[in-house]
Amino acid sequence: MKTNKTLRITSYVLLAFVLGLLLASQLYQHVSAQNPTPTDDEVNRIAHQLYCPVCENTPLDVCPTEACRQWRDLIRQQLSRGWTEDQIKQYFIDQYGVRVVGEPPASGLNWLIYVLPPLIILAGAFILFRAFRAWTKSSKAAAAAGSEVEAPKDEYVARLEEELKKRK
Amino acid sequence: MLAEIGYGILVVAFFVALYSVGAAIYGDRKKSAAIVESARRAMLLLWPLITLSAACLIYLLVTNHFEVSFVYEVTSRSMPTYLKVTAWWGGQAGSLVFWSWLMSAFASLVTLRTWTRDREFLPWVIVVTSITTAFFIGLAVFYENPFAFMWFDKSGQVIKAMFQPVGSIPVPPPADGNGLNPLLRHPGMIIHPPMLYLGFVSFVIPYAFALAALITGRTDDRWIRITRRWTLVAWLFLSAGLVLGSRWAYDVLGWGGFWGWDPVEIAALMPWLTGTAFLHSVMIQEKRGMLKHWNMILIILTYALVIFGTFLTRSGVLSSVHAFAQSAIGPAFFAFIGVTFITSIALVIYRWPELRGETEMKSMLSREALFLLNNLLFMSVLVVCFWGVIFPLISELVTGQKITVGPPFYLRATGPLFAGLMFLMGIAPLSAWGHSTITTLGRALWKSAAAALVITVVLFFTYTKNAIALTGFFLIAFVLLVTLVEFWRATLARMKTQNENFLLALWTLVGRNRRRYGGYVIHVSMMLMAIGILGINVFQIDTQKSLSQGESISIGDYTLRFNDLKQFPNMVNGQEERYVNRAEISLFENGKLLTTLYPRYDVYPDGQPMTLPGLYSTLKGDVYVILVNWESSSASLAPFKVFINPLVNWLWIGSILFIFGILIAAWPERETELVTARSRRAHQTSAAD
Repeated sequence: MKTNKTLRITSYVLLAFVLGLLLASQLYQHVSAQNPTPTDDEVNRIAHQLYCPVCENTPLDVCPTEACRQWRDLIRQQLSRGWTEDQIKQYFIDQYGVRVVGEPPASGLNWLIYVLPPLIILAGAFILFRAFRAWTKSSKAAAAAGSEVEAPKDEYVARLEEELKKRK
Repeated sequence: MLAEIGYGILVVAFFVALYSVGAAIYGDRKKSAAIVESARRAMLLLWPLITLSAACLIYLLVTNHFEVSFVYEVTSRSMPTYLKVTAWWGGQAGSLVFWSWLMSAFASLVTLRTWTRDREFLPWVIVVTSITTAFFIGLAVFYENPFAFMWFDKSGQVIKAMFQPVGSIPVPPPADGNGLNPLLRHPGMIIHPPMLYLGFVSFVIPYAFALAALITGRTDDRWIRITRRWTLVAWLFLSAGLVLGSRWAYDVLGWGGFWGWDPVEIAALMPWLTGTAFLHSVMIQEKRGMLKHWNMILIILTYALVIFGTFLTRSGVLSSVHAFAQSAIGPAFFAFIGVTFITSIALVIYRWPELRGETEMKSMLSREALFLLNNLLFMSVLVVCFWGVIFPLISELVTGQKITVGPPFYLRATGPLFAGLMFLMGIAPLSAWGHSTITTLGRALWKSAAAALVITVVLFFTYTKNAIALTGFFLIAFVLLVTLVEFWRATLARMKTQNENFLLALWTLVGRNRRRYGGYVIHVSMMLMAIGILGINVFQIDTQKSLSQGESISIGDYTLRFNDLKQFPNMVNGQEERYVNRAEISLFENGKLLTTLYPRYDVYPDGQPMTLPGLYSTLKGDVYVILVNWESSSASLAPFKVFINPLVNWLWIGSILFIFGILIAAWPERETELVTARSRRAHQTSAAD
């Protein structure tokens, strides 16, 4: 009777041991899947590319608001889970919209931000070039007609050059 | 009672400004000098009136009259008196009175000049300056009254009004006020807004003369000659304002930089860009009688951008496009900008035929052509900045989606444009007015270009292999060499011909050609600033770590050891003004102790923090340490963020030289001005013959 009881206790202990081992191995697997705690610099490298939802144009890595502190903690957790930089950025865009990145993605209406300034600058350059050509053409024509007016020389420069020549 | 008096005087000032506008127009139409004089005197009355009103406001601020809403919002008992005075421009309502006060001072100054040779401008200068002053006084009188009291309305909500609204009861005077935002208590921020405002306000003067020229039809370059110094003064203040703002950001905002391409910063930069283009462009009109249309457009744009910049920062439109519609002053600003801009452009179109140039451009490499290219580049930077600020508002309005246009966009878009401007800064001083060829320019430039190339190669082998940095350093070296050689050659010539020693020759040279050499000093200072900008943008490194006492952190050649953290209240008049958290850090370079730094952050009673970095500054660069205020810190464990900002001090050195250069250029030089005008007139007469 006593032997049976001892046997039963021993089998319970063994079962508990085996279950404990299984649980420990599961926990070990879970922990070993995680990366070591990311450093502040690793978090900041990504946080620097994201922008505070509250403060205008303030990067996340230097923003003192509570919301940004929580976001940095979130980035740290995501890094420790092995997320890549792109995955983390995409997560924030999905959650909070494109305003979290410093440059809007070139899609839809946002194309205008990239296209319009160069177009305006090119148009300005074109107008200037046309004006130059018109000016030089008309002044050549005037010269051919013998009515060219000598441009006023920079008196100061002329005097300076003269004095330098004398010095030589 | 004093609040009512202050408000009453402001109302009187508003009507005096309107009278001045009406009388000036009527006097001009009736050709009555007496009525125009009456308008002028009314305008002269504005400054003393606004000064009286401002004195009332300052008294209320200094003596803790918290029953006045504005006083309650921007001051508190623990604030020192000088800060209570500066709170005048620290809050929106007070800043509008400040704007009006400065505007009336400048308008009075300009009308006190001798008008004998250009009497016809006077009424229209009065009209423009008085309309602008009336607009800002009107905003304070009707929308953002700094003298308004607080009342409980029927629903128990606190409302602001000058006189008791029906059914409301007065809010009992609060025991203490909210106090000025701690970030605005820094010396840089105390001087920065007045500087910017002075810059904004003084640009109104050349604009007023430009409109007077358009209205009267006297479209020669007289208006430019009268306002040249005003424009330089405006440029001086605006530049000083921008630099002080940058230094403030560097010292207080705790992010290791000085320029974040924030819309508020860009709002102040935009009139500076058009103003700089205008300063260059008016030289072409003075020397060659060209670009009259363009100069008008530039000064109109500058005025519009001055008002637009104030609108951006004051209307709330930047936080949300919808805040604009809700804000009281937003639509008023919008309407004012629209009306003044459209009227001004309509006048330019009306006078278009009379604004034709007197001569034409002959060479694409002449100095006037290169100045035009410089204008194109300044306008291109303006387009990028304007679009970058406006587009998020358009996006929010059209799609409902907010977007951020941040530093990466601006850096990429403006970088090549600034490089182009630097290149032009190198070649334009050596090109001739009227005509230049590649051969003449090449001959003048090749030695400086070759020396700059040698410097760049040396930097490649000794300092950096970064292509952007090397391009920047080449351009900087090129411009510096070209400019310094110009100084050198001219000084040598004087030494020889006048038998002067080097310093005397240089002094006389600059003294006799202040505009030219002042401009060159500005170019040199710009290049020094470019070294700092390049340094921080290309080579900045940073690291962050929480340190236990005695623990160290390394970055570059430096090691920083955390020694201690002290936390204590700072008491003023027996009250806690702020709670100070101050760390002590030992800074080592290659193992050798350099200095001890004390980064700190202060927390004010309302919970607002202010971060003050520990700085070790040399010409090589800054070690910039902040005690991170967004993480908890104690004497045993404290978080630090360390930046190495290479070469950044050249920015501040360049800024000081820059101000010095403007002062040289703006110093009166009457003789040369007359000679230039006379020589061009004589030339035109001979051409006509």
